Amino acid sequence: MTCSEFTVAVAQISPRLGDVDTNLTMYEERARAARGLGADVLVFPELSLTGYFLKDMVSTVALRLDSPEVKRLAALSRKRAQRSSARTFGLIAGIVEETDDYRFYNSALYFEDGALVHVHRKAYLPTYGLFDEGRYFARGDRLRGFDSGFGRSAILICEDMWHPSTVYIAALDHALTVFCPSTSPLRGLTDEQPQDNNARYWELLNSMYAQTFSLFIVYANRVGFEDGVGFWGGSEIVDPNGVRLAKAKYYDEDLIAAQINLKAARRQRVVSPLLRDENLDLTINELLRIRQRDDAATSGRQAERWTAGDARPQAADTRPRSHPGPLRRAKGERRKK
Amino acid sequence: MKAATDKAASAGVQPLAIPTNPALLQRILTAFIRDEVRKVGVERVVVGLSGGVDSALSATLAAAALGAANVLAIKMPYRTSSAESVAHADLVVARTGIPALEVEVTPQVDAYFTRFPDADNMRRGNKMARERMTILYDHSARWKALVLGTSNKTELLLGYGTLYGDMASAINPLGDLYKTQVWALAAHVGVPDAIVHKQPSADLWKGQTDEAELGFGYAEVDALLYLMVDLRYSRAELHAAGFSESFVRRVGDMVRTSQFKRRLPVIAKVSNRTIDRDFRYARDWGR
Repeated sequence: MTCSEFTVAVAQISPRLGDVDTNLTMYEERARAARGLGADVLVFPELSLTGYFLKDMVSTVALRLDSPEVKRLAALSRKRAQRSSARTFGLIAGIVEETDDYRFYNSALYFEDGALVHVHRKAYLPTYGLFDEGRYFARGDRLRGFDSGFGRSAILICEDMWHPSTVYIAALDHALTVFCPSTSPLRGLTDEQPQDNNARYWELLNSMYAQTFSLFIVYANRVGFEDGVGFWGGSEIVDPNGVRLAKAKYYDEDLIAAQINLKAARRQRVVSPLLRDENLDLTINELLRIRQRDDAATSGRQAERWTAGDARPQAADTRPRSHPGPLRRAKGERRKK
Repeated sequence: MKAATDKAASAGVQPLAIPTNPALLQRILTAFIRDEVRKVGVERVVVGLSGGVDSALSATLAAAALGAANVLAIKMPYRTSSAESVAHADLVVARTGIPALEVEVTPQVDAYFTRFPDADNMRRGNKMARERMTILYDHSARWKALVLGTSNKTELLLGYGTLYGDMASAINPLGDLYKTQVWALAAHVGVPDAIVHKQPSADLWKGQTDEAELGFGYAEVDALLYLMVDLRYSRAELHAAGFSESFVRRVGDMVRTSQFKRRLPVIAKVSNRTIDRDFRYARDWGR
């Protein structure tokens, strides 16, 4: 059963780098506190079970989804009887996930009522400036909405959100709530506002996405320092009008909660039916055209490099990747005029 | 057409002035000190107090972060140190209420140079800085404390400091602040005016001032470094912004040739896993 009115909480914590046990205990404390606030869903920041600048520790703190630690996380989301009725509880954790073929992902797990329901593997791994994720993590290759006891949702992790296509896809996959666990460093001193410049940009993004796609954004950032890099906190819950329902402290630990009523998305979508008017065919056709053009340019450049006498790769390697061709609707799928 | 071009140019121009936002800096840096000190399992720091604005600011921030009783200031004058420096260090001690200790470095420095009497000012200055470092580290062990750094971004970028001397510390709250920002923050947190407004000097010999020794002013070099380092201006863009070719070249060379001071010693790689190359861990590993 889906509940359209529920309370979301964000645990803005400062995890200990590389210390899963201590961080698990922190998770358990915050889960108790959040339930005390009447939360139905609790979101933890990106990699908050392990800390962020893991470097060579990635493989030593990684957890398989069948590990005892992940079972402890699942247990945190078990139903607890509140007065006479047991309420559904959801929890999002940030871990290093190890797969059967020994890849390591920067993953966020959604648990509900004691079971793992959805895994999002970070698709955009920042590897520039102070970030080095591409060196240590495998890249997620899926952006999927999922059904939960609190309506359809999606999880995007930090940098994922800096690529507008991710939120666009989540919205078109019918998500009404986007959860964004994040580990966003404070940087960019400015005299224009009390906070650092990164905080300003994130707040702009969250509010813009919420309003543009008429959905809730639950942004969960962390605080504390790792090797002198601070994290700015400022977690927030933004409604489909772009209005902040709850805002956490900047630069300090906090626990915030807000009541979400999914009907607010309905109201916004009645007023501005932007998603209804999205033209998928237009978008996909243009993206296919752009991909074919870029592939053709790449294979053209490669062809120039091979001179007579060089061993050429098999023809199949030089052709552009096969595409499904321009989008066509299956018979019977055509919209009625 | 001209108006349109000007408008387009001004729309894309980044602010040239170095932002200071002292209220935010104070908040970040006190939180930084508290967090990075306590996660190591200690409560205290020791700081060498010279009477200059950098160490005055570091000590003041630490007192706010950890409580005055948890900050030990060590004054380490040499016989040629100016009386004003010592007086200014005392001013900081009085203002912050932190405990202080004086350990004059004259005997150990002079004992050494009786064997090498021809040493120039630079060698003597470096020796003093390194003697002070050994005193700070000894007291950090005695007092279960971390050594608090006082080097700012300007001097770190220019290499205007003594390697393993005043550049040595466990944590440094000022390393990402240009001197211009140090001044603004020092004024904001209540470092006495006499210290904020005086000519900066390493006080390694009589009459020494940083700006005379460097050959340019902090305000001028900070403006250049901010564009060069933080905003990644090209040489052509720096000239267009009004900096002379020779100044840009000189400062660029200082940054480049002092890179060694900002890194660990070069390690010859022979194994598959070499420290800091393919053996990579955060300093806060398990903290």
